[in-house]
Amino acid sequence: MAASVGRICRAGLLKSPHVPTINQFSSLSTTREWTKGRKALLGTIGMLAGGAGALLLALDRSVRASDLELHPPKHVWSHSGMFSSLDHASVRRGYEVYKQVCAACHSMRFIAYRNLVGVTHTEEEAKAEAEEQMVLDGPNEQGEMFKRPGKLSDYFPSPYPNEEAARAANNGAYPPDLSYIVSARHGGEDYIFALLTGYCDAPAGVVLREGQYFNPYFPGGAISMAQALYNEAMEYTDGTPATASQLAKDISTFLKWTAEPEHDDRKKMLMKAIGIFSFLMAITYYIKRMKFSTLKTRKIEFRPKEK
Amino acid sequence: MKMNLRKTHPLIKILNNSLIDLPTPSNITTMWNFGSLLGLCLMIQIITGLFLAMHYCPNVDMAFNSVAHICRNVNYGWLIRTLHANGASFFFICLYIHIGRGIYYSSYYLLETWMIGVTIFFMVMATAFLGYVLPWGQMSFWGATVITNLLSAIPYLGTSIVQWIWGGFAVDNATLTRFFSFHFLLPFIVSALVIMHLLFLHQTGSNNPLGTKSNIDKIPFHPYFTFKDIMGMLVMTFFLVFLTLNTPYMLGDPDNFIPANPLVTPVHIQPEWYFLFAYAILRSIPNKLGGVIALVMSIAILYIIPFTNKKKFSSTQFYPINKLLFWSMFTIVVLLTWIGARPVEDPYILTGQLLTILYFFYYLINPIMNKVWDKMIFFN
Repeated sequence: MAASVGRICRAGLLKSPHVPTINQFSSLSTTREWTKGRKALLGTIGMLAGGAGALLLALDRSVRASDLELHPPKHVWSHSGMFSSLDHASVRRGYEVYKQVCAACHSMRFIAYRNLVGVTHTEEEAKAEAEEQMVLDGPNEQGEMFKRPGKLSDYFPSPYPNEEAARAANNGAYPPDLSYIVSARHGGEDYIFALLTGYCDAPAGVVLREGQYFNPYFPGGAISMAQALYNEAMEYTDGTPATASQLAKDISTFLKWTAEPEHDDRKKMLMKAIGIFSFLMAITYYIKRMKFSTLKTRKIEFRPKEK
Repeated sequence: MKMNLRKTHPLIKILNNSLIDLPTPSNITTMWNFGSLLGLCLMIQIITGLFLAMHYCPNVDMAFNSVAHICRNVNYGWLIRTLHANGASFFFICLYIHIGRGIYYSSYYLLETWMIGVTIFFMVMATAFLGYVLPWGQMSFWGATVITNLLSAIPYLGTSIVQWIWGGFAVDNATLTRFFSFHFLLPFIVSALVIMHLLFLHQTGSNNPLGTKSNIDKIPFHPYFTFKDIMGMLVMTFFLVFLTLNTPYMLGDPDNFIPANPLVTPVHIQPEWYFLFAYAILRSIPNKLGGVIALVMSIAILYIIPFTNKKKFSSTQFYPINKLLFWSMFTIVVLLTWIGARPVEDPYILTGQLLTILYFFYYLINPIMNKVWDKMIFFN
């Protein structure tokens, strides 16, 4: 194959097609006309600017390292790429983790069961999920509130009736709503993953109050949420081994989806936008060059008046 | 002889004189594209803003939820919202380049155009600040609290003015409602000022890189600059769309995804990136009133440039020392932006103070160096 391509293209592929262009550019350069003094001055300014920049960067880094809080390491998520969609199997497993582990304390007030349709569940599955909840509705014709099985249009139920009840049940701490949690934290899903897998014993000198745990990724280190994810803490319906890191990865992906449900549409649109704009920009650039060609190639001649 | 309709019709001839037959210097560069790009930014902001206003609820109990509703339930609401938020950033990128070009090539000699331009800059800053409060996240609320409280530094009247602006004793529902009203209104005032800006510009014609009178070599606006502007608009729109679709929340603050809570103060309160340089100047002055004056002066100083910079050539390219000063000023503004995002602790405090001094020093030293160079060149 390579030999055929070589025969067809002959030695053309081996030659750089840009040599004349590079020569042209280098002849346009005026640096060779600079005086020694100018070269020295500009070189010194360049070095000073570079040195000052490096110093500032080092200064910034050194101060950052003195923080008491651990910054989450960056992970390569399957959806990190410019054109990569979310891993929908992972989002579905993440929903299972949320339902079985997180939903006991955390609400998700911006996600409705209808949002699951076509993303993690089929319509029938999503309906079945919704029907597992009893939702307060009404008033009916007698003016009374009543409970009914959930529908697709219902939002995920909140574990507590209000913030005060949540605080009372959690030693004064308020478990935040998780709908936007990935967008609302520096580090996004990396932070969530690091937090969920980062529990450890408090180092010497760190005093924790009753009901608090140590997590170096949480600002201040003392967190009121106990470690929730352990190996085999639950079972996945698809049979994936439920290690603690697998659970953390899946819930982080699910929470990325809850924060940005438009994620996949956005990236599909990006692909289209790049195609359309590349075409339009190339066309307008050509037209602009063509229109200006008359002006750019004109010759201006000075003819003094004859006396 | 029958005249062409575009030259005789009372309405069309206005467009003709601005967009078709307008005599334009032949040598203006890409740096002159940013005026039209700003017009495009204003249009994008007004159109996306109009669609957002159809769904937004300016009420403290509903504002955050209504923005979530726009992003989640409205058709392409997420796109409209992120285009509007990132559009503000592009508006400021274009503004800074436009102003920088004006300073470098001394476009401020077109006095009325420059004065209206600086006023537009103030108005756009106010509009952007008001708009940032509307999502009613933590940074919206605390940003509004910090900035409105600055007015309390005004002697005698400060507290009364702040409470008058709040419509109460704290940033609350009345504040949000009126901020929405003004955020809606100001872009139309900006549009009117833009028309005046163009009206005065077209009295004299554009400046050009050489700074010479260019009447001997002018070309019609169409087709040359219509196509050049369309190309510029496409390139800018591409970058805006790319940012919006690739990393829509990169320039935002994660704290603004947390609903506003007057009882919890965020660890670092900071404005959007485009205000950071002014915020750094504000924080550099230990006295509150002094800080507010420095903040206002950091922009208002642009009003005095036409009167202080008197020189023999228009463009800075003919003044090597001023060229160096200009790019130093650029570096200072970048560093101030960086300082504005740092916590208030050493070594950032001292660095910010030094940069603030250097920022204002530029406006003093620049005209002096112009004079010095003129003396050197024209010394007999």
